Amino acid sequence: MSEVVSKFLFTLRRIVAEPLGAIGLILVIGMIFGAIFADLLSAHEPIRISPRDRFLEPSLVHFLGTDQLGRDLFSRVLHGGQIALSVALIAIAVSLIIGIILGLIAGYGPRWLDNLMILTFDAIKSYPTVMLALALVTLFGPSLTAVMIVVILVNVPGYARIIRTQTLALKSSQFVASAQSMGASTTRVLCIHILPNSIGPLLILASMDIPVVIAIEAGMSFLGLGVRPPTPSWGAILNDGFTAIRDTPWIAIAGGVPIILTTLGFTFLGETLRDIFDPRLKTRV
Amino acid sequence: MNVLEIQNLNVTFATEGSTLRALKNVSIDIPKRCIVGVVGESGCGKSTLINSILRLLPENGKIDAGTIKFEGHDLTKFDLSQMKTVRGSRISTVFQDPMSALNPVLSIADQMLHIQYRSKLRRKEKQEKSIEMLRRVRIPDPESALKRYPHEFSGGMKQRISIAMAMMMEPALLIADEPTTALDATLEVAIIDLLKELQSQIECSILFISHHLGLIAELCDQVIVMYAGEVLERGTAHQIFHDPWHPYSARLLECDPANQTSRTRQLPTIPGEIPDLKAIHKGCIFRSRCQYCEDICTTVPEEFGINGHFVRCHRKSQ
Repeated sequence: MSEVVSKFLFTLRRIVAEPLGAIGLILVIGMIFGAIFADLLSAHEPIRISPRDRFLEPSLVHFLGTDQLGRDLFSRVLHGGQIALSVALIAIAVSLIIGIILGLIAGYGPRWLDNLMILTFDAIKSYPTVMLALALVTLFGPSLTAVMIVVILVNVPGYARIIRTQTLALKSSQFVASAQSMGASTTRVLCIHILPNSIGPLLILASMDIPVVIAIEAGMSFLGLGVRPPTPSWGAILNDGFTAIRDTPWIAIAGGVPIILTTLGFTFLGETLRDIFDPRLKTRV
Repeated sequence: MNVLEIQNLNVTFATEGSTLRALKNVSIDIPKRCIVGVVGESGCGKSTLINSILRLLPENGKIDAGTIKFEGHDLTKFDLSQMKTVRGSRISTVFQDPMSALNPVLSIADQMLHIQYRSKLRRKEKQEKSIEMLRRVRIPDPESALKRYPHEFSGGMKQRISIAMAMMMEPALLIADEPTTALDATLEVAIIDLLKELQSQIECSILFISHHLGLIAELCDQVIVMYAGEVLERGTAHQIFHDPWHPYSARLLECDPANQTSRTRQLPTIPGEIPDLKAIHKGCIFRSRCQYCEDICTTVPEEFGINGHFVRCHRKSQ
């Protein structure tokens, strides 16, 4: 156990040693902290409307001001962070699980099934994300679930392809042949020998997909395809401010800046992690 | 009493447009506590033979005829789940390249525990058994070796670990597929000694595949000479190496660099090449390369034998 801890501390030190990594880490930790403790940090309820406080400028009472319905923007931004984070984590986790299972089946199963699955993945991938989102929302109506389904549909083909390629390569390796000749079942071969050898690159890719997913959620909410009002979402806040951007710019800023900072933070962190774990990219020792 | 009896085994591979006859009427007996060597050029069907016994032929491969009797049961009639109970517990395998025979992301302990998944022992006991096995293959400090990963060991050590894993369940038959080809000469001797020692302790039989003739002569009790998917000659090591009956065996021995007495710039070779296994052959398979080829060789030679020495050649059976 202590080995794991020391390894973690070592990685952490290396992240902080890189300027971009340090910035990324601070931004990400700040965002997660704000999202988790949203209720404690904000004095106002994110969805309480008070017509008397409409369009208030940022002040000590309302740190980021209020919107057209008098809702406290600081509180809405923090709670919007909760939405963004949970959509990103849940959708990516589900995509990973489905992607891994499909990838293993495609890589280890019969050739015709592999061809069929690859065809399907390519068909889904060739759809532009926004078109896919519009099509799904037209079918099911705007909701957080729709956002997640879009994200899963967009991510699964890529993840499955990575696992499938690795499985194909590992399938003919000698330690797999050896395991088979020693009586290992298909499940055993897949879970013990193939998956642990192929999951590394996938996890790095998934961590770099977090900002993309956050942007998709914000984008869909901005277009009115995501969360339904009054649920706070950064995209929705941005949309609220968008109509009155000349008179009350703080609303659009309150919605936009967190999107920028979080995507930047996760991207910096992801790239630093990739540099640390990918020995080919190591420039200094 | 034979551990393994293969009779008239025929294996074909379906290739595009034609079928490839990889094994033709192969008959082999492996007696108990006996080391049987298989020699032959590349592509003579050695690996297909192993994969047929283990029933791990590629999708396009098929056993057309013949029986593989292992401990009295015909393996060709076994279904997948029955085969799984045989693989790794009654028949074990050691492969050619130790560098890639172990899973790189699992510690030695994990891999050795996974192999014992059938056993009802407790984790602690399995661990002790693993340490004991590593000690028997002379891995120094087995307790700490268990915690390490494959890349931390040298090729020879990895091959010892593979052997330890193969011998762990005390199989009745160990299949060694060129286990020393990837190692240097000194290690080769050490591995062979180790195999011999473990074989006498566990009292298993070994099917040893190699194209190193000296090694086969040193290690094996019986030798099988294969060519283009057929068994041309079989007998005791002494019979094959001192009185080869088949012209192919004789030429093969002549070509062994260890048998060269004078300095030469060119090592002897057998002229010609292995016949195309996709074509249909009439008569003796070695006919096209044989220096003694006669008219009668267009008919298939019957297996002829005395004193456990068998050959498929008209010259001997005439």
